[in-house]
Amino acid sequence: MADEGNQEVSTPAPRPYTPRESRGPGGPGGAGAGRDGGRKFFRRKKVCKFCVEKIDDINYKDVRLLQGFVAERGKIVPRRLTGVCTPHQRRLTAAIKRARNIALLPFAAR
Amino acid sequence: MQQMQRTYEVMFIVRPDLTEEDTDKLIATLQGHATTAGATVLTTEKMGRRRLAYDVKKFSDGQYVLLTVNADGKAIHELERRLRVAEPVIKFITVRTDEDQQRLDKVKKLRESKKRRPVEPAAAPESQSPSPAVNA
Repeated sequence: MADEGNQEVSTPAPRPYTPRESRGPGGPGGAGAGRDGGRKFFRRKKVCKFCVEKIDDINYKDVRLLQGFVAERGKIVPRRLTGVCTPHQRRLTAAIKRARNIALLPFAAR
Repeated sequence: MQQMQRTYEVMFIVRPDLTEEDTDKLIATLQGHATTAGATVLTTEKMGRRRLAYDVKKFSDGQYVLLTVNADGKAIHELERRLRVAEPVIKFITVRTDEDQQRLDKVKKLRESKKRRPVEPAAAPESQSPSPAVNA
């Protein structure tokens, strides 16, 4: 709990892009395929984590939860990558900003 | 005029080199100030020592303390002034929680009423749909 300094990479990321079907040789750089549309690869429909798990309260104290929606450098991850719905993203953003103000999350890491 | 009583969370960070006793003393005095200003302290929680996400006043960790209070704006103002003046407090934040809590209660209620309802409508459409198919 005390040291999130470097391990934040291992926190359960909100399933980033392209969990694709086992098509092709699966070469390196799977993340690069994010831009070329849905026709080549099957892309699973992203769903809002907060809607699915019925998390009503997005609290600024819940660092574990918020950390999943913050990029490595401390930026808020956009909705299009995480699949969070608009109302929840709004609350999430507010919570992250609050957490930053009380030094629970960084404004900019490193 | 009587001001509205609202619920607030006041979270503050105490410098890490303060001893346990001094921290307790500080919290007690702050609570005293809050009550004299017209607030009622609901809960006090020491959230323990934590690494700060960035340095605050050259400290890289601190002890987090969370107070929930019932207070009006004036009392909060006074409490914030005290926090600003208190030397061991390196950072604080005040969040109004009553509106959020209201919203959460509403959502919870809605969800419970939804849970009970679906039993009835599920049975009704089934009895209707087969009959036109037989006629045709």
